[in-house]
Amino acid sequence: MKTILRSLVMLGALLMMAALAQNKVVMGVSIPAADHGWTAGIVYWANQTKGELEKMYPGIQVIVKTAKDASEQANQIQDLYTVNKINTLVILPYESAPLTKPVAALKAKGVFVTVVDRGLTDPNAQNAYVAGDNPGLGKVSGEYVAKQLGGKGNIVILRGIPTVIDNQRYDAFMAVMKNYPGIKVLDAKYANWNRDDGFKVMQDFLTRFKQIDAVWAQDDDIAVGVLKAMDEAKRTDIKFVLGGAGMKEMIKKVMDGDKLITADVTYPPRMIQNAMMLTAESRVKGTAMKTPTIIPSVLVTKDNAKEYYFPDSPF
Amino acid sequence: MLQPEKPVADKPRPRFSFSGWGPLLGLILLCILATLLNPSFLSLDNIFNVLTRTAFIGIIAVGMTFVIISGGIDLSVGSMAALIAGSMILVMNALEPRLGAGTLTVLVGMLLALALGALFGVLHGLTITKGRIEPFIVTLGTLGIFRAVLTYLSQGGAITLEQNLSDHYSPVYYGAFLGVPIPIWVFLAVALLGGLVLNRTRFGRYVQAIGSNEGVARYAAIQVDNIKILTYVAVGICVAVATILYVPRLGSATPSTGLLWELETIAAVIIGGTSLKGGSGRITGTVIGAILLSTIGNVLNLTSIISVYLNAAVQGIVIIIVAFLQRGRR
Repeated sequence: MKTILRSLVMLGALLMMAALAQNKVVMGVSIPAADHGWTAGIVYWANQTKGELEKMYPGIQVIVKTAKDASEQANQIQDLYTVNKINTLVILPYESAPLTKPVAALKAKGVFVTVVDRGLTDPNAQNAYVAGDNPGLGKVSGEYVAKQLGGKGNIVILRGIPTVIDNQRYDAFMAVMKNYPGIKVLDAKYANWNRDDGFKVMQDFLTRFKQIDAVWAQDDDIAVGVLKAMDEAKRTDIKFVLGGAGMKEMIKKVMDGDKLITADVTYPPRMIQNAMMLTAESRVKGTAMKTPTIIPSVLVTKDNAKEYYFPDSPF
Repeated sequence: MLQPEKPVADKPRPRFSFSGWGPLLGLILLCILATLLNPSFLSLDNIFNVLTRTAFIGIIAVGMTFVIISGGIDLSVGSMAALIAGSMILVMNALEPRLGAGTLTVLVGMLLALALGALFGVLHGLTITKGRIEPFIVTLGTLGIFRAVLTYLSQGGAITLEQNLSDHYSPVYYGAFLGVPIPIWVFLAVALLGGLVLNRTRFGRYVQAIGSNEGVARYAAIQVDNIKILTYVAVGICVAVATILYVPRLGSATPSTGLLWELETIAAVIIGGTSLKGGSGRITGTVIGAILLSTIGNVLNLTSIISVYLNAAVQGIVIIIVAFLQRGRR
């Protein structure tokens, strides 16, 4: 009798502790500082979601921190653990390799880790992984370009910064092009995911090639520069420009039926929201989290643009 | 002993100097190579494209030449351009309802840009001279500050000029006078003015004297601090002029605006034959250096014989070769 009672008390205490622990989720969110449009979107959605989560699960505490480089981010997650006593970490790593060890150290101390967008070099350092679909972005873009051109024409490509992300997009795009021998890729140059380089590279493409049917700019910031360069050169041979990521100005153009920006392909900074929501749900309810969770890149056209237009977001 | 101006005055006036032809030779060789690779390099449109693009870096580099000759440096120019561009756009957007989307609003924006450039220059100059902090550190500090403030103002996104204003302002970049794009004219004017000031005025001689020997310059009763402050004001105003031309190009400022301009500017000045240690330099050299740098990028875009992964290496090689040519001519 005594043992049963004691066990019951013990069990009760354990359950209560578990319940307490589960109620008291302290979530650290570590993301890159808003240094360009897309990361600005990440910061916006992280802060937005913090409010929603705290309303949805009373007792949860969410701390959002931004870092300007990988080493600052490594220090930051240590502080989140020692100072803020987090037991859950959602991190979008600046770079994968230098952050793998610091994240692994936190996980070893019992912190639940969800990694977003850029996977760590050692998958054992993370409990869950939520990512955008870079090959998907290339594939969807390639298929759209091929379809719009009817499988025939000359295209130029503006790439991002030499990184794994850029390679995955480019390779997937080129794999689609293999099926369309009628489409000629005139050249592909880096435009570093920014407007000024988009402008310069496009100007030179326009000088070099007299007949271009379509431009795959891969990114909406690059596309802004491309449009200006075309406008200045008064070129009318180009039928459309396809960007990517889902910047609100470009989605607006698609929505309004712009002649050159006929579509966009998403790579939504909103994925940080998905990651935070899924992690919180799994932590509070104690359910397992599906991993990896891939946020697909989808084609945005005039018909569905409304669903992807967020005028309050900076991106 | 106490004749500090003498060594400067004794130098042959670089009115028609051939000592600066190292970079020019490099530029000519590059142009010949480019034409062989792709004949459209020599088309008027392409030449205008390259020169218009060069205008930003070139104009700032003219101001930077003064700073470097006097023995200083300004690392903040790119961030400063970004912050001035952002502030200018925000103010013009705010004034549009009251002043209308016309010339007046644009003029106010331009004046604001010039005032900000001069103000930043004064702040730099005072901190460096009166605060006695190394210019490298002061401007490295403001490099971070200016860009951070812009990033804060834009919330990491873009600050975009209202469409009506943008339409009204765009001829400043896209327009042409006598068939030559406006930015090229402005670049030419700034360069001529810079050359005149450097070689034909007392201020120019003082700048060179301070750079070759600051102590001697002080003994010669040159107001070293004031002259130095003025060089930073000069580069600040040059940044403002470049920004005035930059804003109508894309009609927006983003955290990537002016990124690495400081390195390109300093490279243009040094390639052009100005000594990084100060003392002497040439505006013509700076202009050629700036054109050379943007020509390399242009040539690489016009051909695909070299893997895009190696672009930066090609730029590096050309820069070192040109520096070598120049060394040989000294």
